[in-house]
Amino acid sequence: MKNTGNKDTRSGFGAGLYELGSQNPAVVALCADLTGSLKMEKFAEAYPHRFFQCGIAEANMMGVAAGLAVSGYIPFVGTFAEFATGRVYDQLRQSVCYSDAHVKIAASHAGITLGEDGATHQTMEDIALTRALPHMAVVNPCDYNQTRLATLAAAAWAGPLYLRFGRPSVPNFTPADGPFEIGKAWVMHPGEDVTILATGHLVWEALEAVRALAQQGIRAELINIHTIKPLDEKAILDSARKTGAVVTAEEHLITGGLGEKTASLLARYYPVPMRMVAMAEGFGQSGKPSELMEHYGLNAAGIIEKVRELR
Amino acid sequence: MEQQNSHPTSSLIPQIRRDIIRMVAAAKSGHPGGSLSSTDFLTVLYAEFLQQNPRTWRRDGKDMDVFFLSIGHITPLYYSLLARMGYFPTEELATFRKLGSRLQGHPSIEYALPGVHVASGSLGQGLSVACGAALGKRLNKDPHNVYVLLGDGECEEGQVWEAALFAAHNKLNNLTAITDWNRQQIDGPVNRVAGLGDLVAKWESFGWTVLECDGHNLDGIREAYKKSLEPRNTPMMILMHTHMGQGVDFMTGTHAWHGKAPSAEDEARALSQLPETLGDF
Repeated sequence: MKNTGNKDTRSGFGAGLYELGSQNPAVVALCADLTGSLKMEKFAEAYPHRFFQCGIAEANMMGVAAGLAVSGYIPFVGTFAEFATGRVYDQLRQSVCYSDAHVKIAASHAGITLGEDGATHQTMEDIALTRALPHMAVVNPCDYNQTRLATLAAAAWAGPLYLRFGRPSVPNFTPADGPFEIGKAWVMHPGEDVTILATGHLVWEALEAVRALAQQGIRAELINIHTIKPLDEKAILDSARKTGAVVTAEEHLITGGLGEKTASLLARYYPVPMRMVAMAEGFGQSGKPSELMEHYGLNAAGIIEKVRELR
Repeated sequence: MEQQNSHPTSSLIPQIRRDIIRMVAAAKSGHPGGSLSSTDFLTVLYAEFLQQNPRTWRRDGKDMDVFFLSIGHITPLYYSLLARMGYFPTEELATFRKLGSRLQGHPSIEYALPGVHVASGSLGQGLSVACGAALGKRLNKDPHNVYVLLGDGECEEGQVWEAALFAAHNKLNNLTAITDWNRQQIDGPVNRVAGLGDLVAKWESFGWTVLECDGHNLDGIREAYKKSLEPRNTPMMILMHTHMGQGVDFMTGTHAWHGKAPSAEDEARALSQLPETLGDF
């Protein structure tokens, strides 16, 4: 799988949302003064009566979206991941999840790769927060193409859904037509020696790691975990039974992330040695995305290091 | 669509107040104070104005008026009113707050209770949801109205004022909010806990049309609802001046009964002041 050119995942969301505008008249979109950052302008221009600018008032936006969802619409609510989760957790809990309102939360600028703005905006806790909410699906696609497909799939998903993507341009390497199905993990590279479960921006890094490990005689299996909830438990257990070793990779805190969720699964059904590539306890800092990834070990080198600990 | 007006409002009101006392006493928990202060104007709304039929009610609110209870803890009133209007059997009121009941402490949709559109209880969220429903009706070209009930203490939540800006900015003229201005909250009188100042001026300055009304005067309440149906270009706020605990002398005008169940003795005293007009559940 090759990089066909760097693109930001948020533009994948913007493209998917724009397509949904013509496909489904029930799709509406809301934004809290970040229309450009979320790449929602094309939808807003083409479907002005179905786009609602809410201003810098995220709590209200989530409630308005819930009211639209209950009324039969499919609202996509766009803001930065930090403001889409921690700032509005109670609204997500009561007005969205407990009210079974099928709101689609489009969360951009997630993780450390937000970069220079620093820790106030770099949420590394959002997967943990959204995962904990009953009924909420959590989807974290890896590149532009997969984010576009995830956006299209989110509209058809019967339930509230958290769609997480990022700010920087990163390799676009998955085919434009998928495969992509919410809740179904994708084995991108088969292997026998170790399983690498990667999500979001770390999938490309994992792919690079798989190539480097092959040079060293280690045949790694790479599974793209774009859906963290509902987790494809069967795919993970099948792979763990085959390889006997698991490394997870994510742009998130260890706390409550893919790694801990995988550990919980393996502990219950098939314990194997495992390692986690994720950020340890703490806040991020300002810097270039690639520098930050390297600083916190969230890259191919970090994945290789963890694999070498097991193999 | 006509609302189902099976009983006259004058018979409903004392019976609903009896239900409130009996439900809270049986559950040994719940919120009688705000339930009693909102009883008169909410019963008039459901019995005489809300274009909603319990037999054809649907959760998406299509082709009917929609009501949201933002002040989610006054479920004794809400459930009694829904039952007495025919949304579900009155016998079910005996299950309030008990294991396995559809009548959760605060409104839930998880058990498919007819009449309830969204969960509420964590305060400050209902006006936003109502704004979304009002936008939905505008998109659907559905001429029906959206109503939402807030508490005055609830207006200490910042999200209420986010929603106030949004509703006015979007000229949601199909939205009518009602505030139960009983001037009490759990910790005491509102003006001693976190004073709201001039609520009339506040809502007007946010771009709303504001009406004030004696929330215990049935004719005055009817006048206010009639005025709210006249064409306008803004959302409307009806500020209902009420007394917490109205209808039971020893509960009236104090925050003491905000969230406290009466003892058996208190229950008997309260019920002696409320005639059984439609038969107890």
